[in-house]
Amino acid sequence: MCGIVGLFFKRGAATTTLGPLLAGMLSQMRERGPDSTGFALYGEAAPPGAFKATLRAPDGGYDWAALEAELANAFQVVCPARHYDSHAVFTIGSDPEPVFAWLGQHHPGLDIFGFGECIEVFKDVGLPDDVASRFDLVRRAGTHGLGHTRMATESAVTTEHSHPFSTGPDLCLVHNGSLSNHNRLRQFLRREGIRFQTDNDTEVAAGYLTWRLRQGMSLTGALEAALADLDGFYTFAVGTRDGFAILRDPIACKPAVLAETGDWVAMATEYRAIATLPGAATAEIWEPRPATVYSWHRQ
Amino acid sequence: MIEVDLAQSSVRELNQRLHRIGAGDNEHHWRVVNPNGAHAIAVGLTVPVNVEIRGHVGYYCAGMNAAADVVVDGHAGTGLAENIMSGSVRVRGNAAQSAAASGRGGLVVIEGDASARCGILMKGVAIVVGGAVGHMSAFMGQAGTLVVCGDAGRDLGDSIYEADIFVAGDVASLGADCVEKEVTQTDVEHVAGLLARAKIAADARRFRRYGSARRLYNFHVDRAGEY
Repeated sequence: MCGIVGLFFKRGAATTTLGPLLAGMLSQMRERGPDSTGFALYGEAAPPGAFKATLRAPDGGYDWAALEAELANAFQVVCPARHYDSHAVFTIGSDPEPVFAWLGQHHPGLDIFGFGECIEVFKDVGLPDDVASRFDLVRRAGTHGLGHTRMATESAVTTEHSHPFSTGPDLCLVHNGSLSNHNRLRQFLRREGIRFQTDNDTEVAAGYLTWRLRQGMSLTGALEAALADLDGFYTFAVGTRDGFAILRDPIACKPAVLAETGDWVAMATEYRAIATLPGAATAEIWEPRPATVYSWHRQ
Repeated sequence: MIEVDLAQSSVRELNQRLHRIGAGDNEHHWRVVNPNGAHAIAVGLTVPVNVEIRGHVGYYCAGMNAAADVVVDGHAGTGLAENIMSGSVRVRGNAAQSAAASGRGGLVVIEGDASARCGILMKGVAIVVGGAVGHMSAFMGQAGTLVVCGDAGRDLGDSIYEADIFVAGDVASLGADCVEKEVTQTDVEHVAGLLARAKIAADARRFRRYGSARRLYNFHVDRAGEY
């Protein structure tokens, strides 16, 4: 099972309509994935020379203010940190690598769920309405977002194993299905310098795309290469800083529906998630073809 | 005209009302609004009523239909008119995969495109698709007719038994044991009749016919006594 949703506004600045619409879509997918819920938002960009990182503390009651003070000593904290339950978003005036090295040394218990110019990633065990409310999704802005409700089949039900998986700057992936060659591919990608935090198959697909993009491929090119290199069942939805893409495996094992209007593109595992969007009734609606990359970029 | 608003009423309530219609009742015309992608709308109908659904439906709409005429004024999700017995089901938009799967009779019309596995295991249903069909359509088809006005995806008619497939556009590839066959005047008339019933404008003479080469059969009727 599992449910995927994605909503991509084709133009305009980050809007507060994104959060409530994405929350409504996720809510419709609760029966498909009662184990955990996650979402990625592409929000306001960090200032030039800075990046955003979404950190997650495994234990409750984490002292984010103390971490912010420590980070401000070691680096430049550009904007006040925002806390949402177990997650916090920091905007730091530095390259990411030194910050991650510092975090690894001083706060090894923290997870980095996403980083980049715009991306923020939130995920946790629980039903979509509960998780959305935990992270205040209805009040969150963005230009596009992806979400996932998980019914685990392949690896453990934990926050770390929840989707979306983000393995490179501003890239994230949600997946319905399962991959069968992820172990060997993970070994190969590790040698290529891609970092993995779990034994999850989807994280390998995200890492694969990060590797291909790093080689200079376009998002479409990276997904076309994935058709040859990934073995298994999948419907993928992928987000980048200014892009959104969908790919299904060659026999289209897992369901998917796309809808497009002049203003937005939406993807979901079932149409009922799209039905909640304004203009859905008159949108163009179709099932994406197998082994075909669909992608959009912001104008 | 009886109108049911699925924003106010559940699919189960709608279907129970449709199932309670008696042979002599006068409730012949139903309109369903705000379907919002709900699953299993208007399944299991057994009396000759007209049901018009205004909007997009989820999975298994009009499944097991017998005698009723169901129209979806929108897109249909997976498994439209699955196991249809008789009557008709029409979709004005596109249909997701496995439309008319295992249908035994009746007519299914998809005015737009149908996705993969359209007419999978068809057993007598007539299917008319105004656009294209996806891969493995009419897989293991046993009886009935699939008419495709556009293109067909790869592995058309894979492992087909006896159904007839007519395609006006390009066929990406034929599946195991599916071959092109001669089109007779009877075939042209049959397709023309189905297009007329489907109210889809297309020239019946443009269609090519595909069906079983009968090389995968393990059972041969001439040797029935030996089994």
